[in-house]
Amino acid sequence: MYQQNEKLDSRPKILPIKKIVKETETIWTFIFDYSKFAHLGSSKPGQFVMLWIPGVDENPFSIAYDDGKEFWLTIAKVGDATEKLFEMGEEAKVGIRGPFGTSYEFEKGDHLALLAGGYGAAPMYNVAVNALKEGCKVEMIVGARSADLLLYEERVKALGGDVTYHAATDDGSKGHKGYNTEVLEELLASDSLEGGPVTRVFACGPEVMMKKAAELAGRKGIPSAVSLERYMKCGIGVCGQCCMDDSGIRACKEGPVYDGAAALKLSEFGKYHRDSVGRKVEW
Amino acid sequence: MANLKVKFCEVEFENPLVLASGVLGVTAASLKNVVKNGAGGVTTKSIWMEEHKGHANPTMFGTEHYFLNAVGLSDAGIEKAEQLFGEYGVPGERPAPLIASIVAGQASEFAGLAERIVTLQPDVIEVNISCPNVEDEMGLPFACDPMQAAHVTEVVRKKMDEVGSKIPVVVKLSPNVPNISRIAAACADAGADGFCAINTIGPGMAIDLTTRVPILKNKVGGLSGPAIKPIAVKMVHDIWKTTGLPVIGTGGVMTGEDAIEMMMAGATLVGVGTMVYYRDVGGFGEIAAEMNEWCEKEGVKDLSEIIGTVK
Repeated sequence: MYQQNEKLDSRPKILPIKKIVKETETIWTFIFDYSKFAHLGSSKPGQFVMLWIPGVDENPFSIAYDDGKEFWLTIAKVGDATEKLFEMGEEAKVGIRGPFGTSYEFEKGDHLALLAGGYGAAPMYNVAVNALKEGCKVEMIVGARSADLLLYEERVKALGGDVTYHAATDDGSKGHKGYNTEVLEELLASDSLEGGPVTRVFACGPEVMMKKAAELAGRKGIPSAVSLERYMKCGIGVCGQCCMDDSGIRACKEGPVYDGAAALKLSEFGKYHRDSVGRKVEW
Repeated sequence: MANLKVKFCEVEFENPLVLASGVLGVTAASLKNVVKNGAGGVTTKSIWMEEHKGHANPTMFGTEHYFLNAVGLSDAGIEKAEQLFGEYGVPGERPAPLIASIVAGQASEFAGLAERIVTLQPDVIEVNISCPNVEDEMGLPFACDPMQAAHVTEVVRKKMDEVGSKIPVVVKLSPNVPNISRIAAACADAGADGFCAINTIGPGMAIDLTTRVPILKNKVGGLSGPAIKPIAVKMVHDIWKTTGLPVIGTGGVMTGEDAIEMMMAGATLVGVGTMVYYRDVGGFGEIAAEMNEWCEKEGVKDLSEIIGTVK
């Protein structure tokens, strides 16, 4: 039988939504069964997929969980495509391309500080799940405006004793009152942390927060990684829409996960991004 | 080591490989990165006078044999282009020649756009009259009709002469015509200095079988990739033979041998775009090395010797 090279096929694979879990009124987790496409290989934490709502639009989303049989996407309702997605319900069919991009890399036995802002909690949960399998210890620091917007708290706590959950809220309704970066700073400074000092920092969330995380890790002399988010069209390194100044790296290919120290050298990191027509927009 | 340098309308390129318009051409940093990876020159994404939105996603995808896209010429307009040129560098300080691709909805609008573009001193101006992905909004491309193609060429030529610019004007032609030689001849008569050919083929359409929805949001899109090379080679040869003007031969070039073939057909420069999907951006340097390898094997000392040598 004649068969095309699957690796060069970037057409969407159609998957039904297996299950929907409501995190908040406007943030839902969509669970997909992709055992049918196992030949694609399962994803690594930090990678993303392009989610196609047939006939509407297609957008990139970080993977929140992937066990090789099913994967999760935690999605906020913010625009045409996601509004349509929220109306579709379980069993509805959508298209998936990917997984694409780089991933969070750690070593066995690392003591990881995972700094998550807003939806960033979802991909950080993915890191935590995988890190625990490698004997790592995890400090999960999630920030949000208020307690009701803190994501993934129960799931993270269910991961067991090697994960410590730290919350930070702007209004003080849960955990530390203030920025989650302040919690990170404290943890990095502490010499009595259970499991020894933090050996690596990963951040996912608002760029200003990630910049601060990379700076704090740098000051401490430990490695860090951040997740670059830029407007994307193709997701496969061709269109040039997500290129960053001034080295020209592509967020979809050399990123999204990018070394923190290297990110600090990107002139636009923490300052501006580009819209759908390529115009600079300040954060 | 063979000499891979070529001269196109008196502009010198370190090697004949130029990044084709629409790929990795949104920012100066990206263009510089392509040069760093081995391209001899780069082309901007097509520049409009005013902002132009383009299509929603999906805008592109590939298979082993072909690539389909309908980005729809998204661009922020001339002010962004001014920024890009500023960041890429002034002539003399550029890492490689910069080709400005320009596009407009009306023939008359090309005059004002050309006038603004000249002030940015691109090394070459490429007049894009052949995008097949905006027909719903703009009608059949100018490049599909000899009179209209010639008219746009004339409008730009007149403006260039009026402002005393010597920047070469290249017209990007469409393969979606019964006789590309006729179109090329009409543009040559109207004052084109050279050509870029071919733009994407079609448009084509791909349908997702499960949902029965066309994959591209625009439903149809231009075809590129490995499958289109024979058509590109043939059309480049037609244009070169008919007009004797230099051609940027573009379409389906994936390897050094593909590039050599394009040059034998008559191309002076070789446009490379979709290759990035198949080999990634490092492919530029690899293709240049493969061309050198071929030259050494064949005893070709100067790559320019092979232009148009098809028997």
